[in-house]
Amino acid sequence: MQTVLIFAELTIRETQRRKVLWLALLLALGFLGIFGLGLHLIFREIERIGVAIEEIELGLGLLLSAGLYMVNFLVVVMALLVSVTAVSGEIDSHTIEALVTKPIRRWEIVLGKWLGFAIIVAAYTLLLAGGLITLYRWRTGFAVSNIPAGLSIMLLQGLLVLSLTLLGGTRLSTLANGVVAFMLVGIAFIGGWVEQIGSLLQNETAVDVGIVTSLIMPTEILWRQVLALLQPRVTTSPFAAGPFVVLSQPSDLMIGYAVAYTAVLLLLSLVSFSHRDL
Amino acid sequence: MMNEFAIEAVGLQKQFGQKTAVANLTLQVKRGEIFGFLGPNGAGKTTSIKMLLGLTTPTAGSATLLDHPLGDRATRAKIGFLPEHFRFHEWLKAAEFLDLHGRLHQMSTNHRKQAIPELLALVGLQDRAETPLRAFSKGMLQRIGLAQALLNDPELVFLDEPTSGLDPLGRRLVRDVISQLRQRGAAVFLNSHLLSEVEQTCDRVTFIRQGEVLETVSLHEAPTAVPIVVRVGQPGPELLAQLAEFGNEVQFDAGNGRIHLNLPNEVAIPQLANWLIEQGYTLYELTPQPLTLEERFLQIIGTESEG
Repeated sequence: MQTVLIFAELTIRETQRRKVLWLALLLALGFLGIFGLGLHLIFREIERIGVAIEEIELGLGLLLSAGLYMVNFLVVVMALLVSVTAVSGEIDSHTIEALVTKPIRRWEIVLGKWLGFAIIVAAYTLLLAGGLITLYRWRTGFAVSNIPAGLSIMLLQGLLVLSLTLLGGTRLSTLANGVVAFMLVGIAFIGGWVEQIGSLLQNETAVDVGIVTSLIMPTEILWRQVLALLQPRVTTSPFAAGPFVVLSQPSDLMIGYAVAYTAVLLLLSLVSFSHRDL
Repeated sequence: MMNEFAIEAVGLQKQFGQKTAVANLTLQVKRGEIFGFLGPNGAGKTTSIKMLLGLTTPTAGSATLLDHPLGDRATRAKIGFLPEHFRFHEWLKAAEFLDLHGRLHQMSTNHRKQAIPELLALVGLQDRAETPLRAFSKGMLQRIGLAQALLNDPELVFLDEPTSGLDPLGRRLVRDVISQLRQRGAAVFLNSHLLSEVEQTCDRVTFIRQGEVLETVSLHEAPTAVPIVVRVGQPGPELLAQLAEFGNEVQFDAGNGRIHLNLPNEVAIPQLANWLIEQGYTLYELTPQPLTLEERFLQIIGTESEG
């Protein structure tokens, strides 16, 4: 366990030394600043005109949903980018050779890296999503419900992608690994939309396609869970709420599936790295 | 009971698909011995070292390091390794780098605090403790890598091309470190292209080609064959025939009148001199020409595998 913590700490120190941590923090603050400014200006304008409270909440809810969508995407991308070179990069550069010949177990290295990245992604999620919701509640006074659950599922997506790229890194080159992970996120996205529209048109085949892609890569279905939890429930019309609407309520079973999926990916990455030739 | 061997490998083999990197590696390295591992490029040296260190799993065969089978985790605490590609986390400072590797060796904080400045001084980097490795030259990286390999007072040290990036001072440092290890009773497995280095430091060397041991020679024992050059007045065909009874590979160089032959041992040199004089030959020259390691290397490995 001590070795796992050494590698977790090393991983965090590396992102800090390579300035990843500071740049991400700085840009996150910029992101929150833009969101807060936009929210402030829109809210002030609406107050001045005097619009029905439901209309206000709908309009601002849309801005919150857009913000959350981008935060969710950034969490996934952040998890992918920070970890994509974590294993393959160390194999390519041969830095791994002096490490695995120490009296440690190979899987401790991978688990330690996973833990380090998980802490970074969790902090990033908390900062961005937490900051966004805090700004929204503080400026508008509107309630946002299910915050801990919503943020946890957002983080779960990050951890799932993290486990996927660590597994990929034990066998694939950095570039191939990144391409695979990004494409799977893309496939999940389009599959999710096929399912949504299919459900609107009551086309079962289209819904099945969506379900299968969700089973292959559950990121999009998890995003819909996040939205279902956090979005102010004002309208269910896809035309009033734009793209950020949950038409078919995702099953809670998918959350359990995604947790198990993440655990399996992580376990496979530990086994895969333990058995490969370096 | 402790085995006398630090490394004992029997029939280690590594296949990569159809390609055989190491065909059949069988060798023994004694405890406390400085062992040179020689072979042309592509002979399977790196793969052999990787198998011994557990980086790569052998396709067949077995080996023990310090009496324990390959891959034993506790044994690795007694082993030091300087990889050929001495690349380390370049964003770490020199002292941090050694501290990390010390922690991976489960060295206590006090032990690390004591050992790290000593090792930095040993490799001449005492003023660079706070310098990030990215600012290090190739030679400095090799020095810090060497310090890393010595952190745990190893009983067996693998040095893969330890002098490739070093200037003459650095090479001397490596030689000094190896002789210190010898004094401590540690075994050293040295893979180097610099044959003069190997000749100066090693007790025994093994020559491998295509992943097979061709020959293992001791550099301290009296040689098993002594090439000599003889020049006498009026050498006749009967002399060449008679010389063949003293040694083998008798050749007459008509151009300079010299005879080359291999005597079985050094004792045969004065015997041959006495005999030539007794026979009434005028002896102008009788010179032993011991082979350098490089000549032996070329002789054993052959020239067809160059490049």
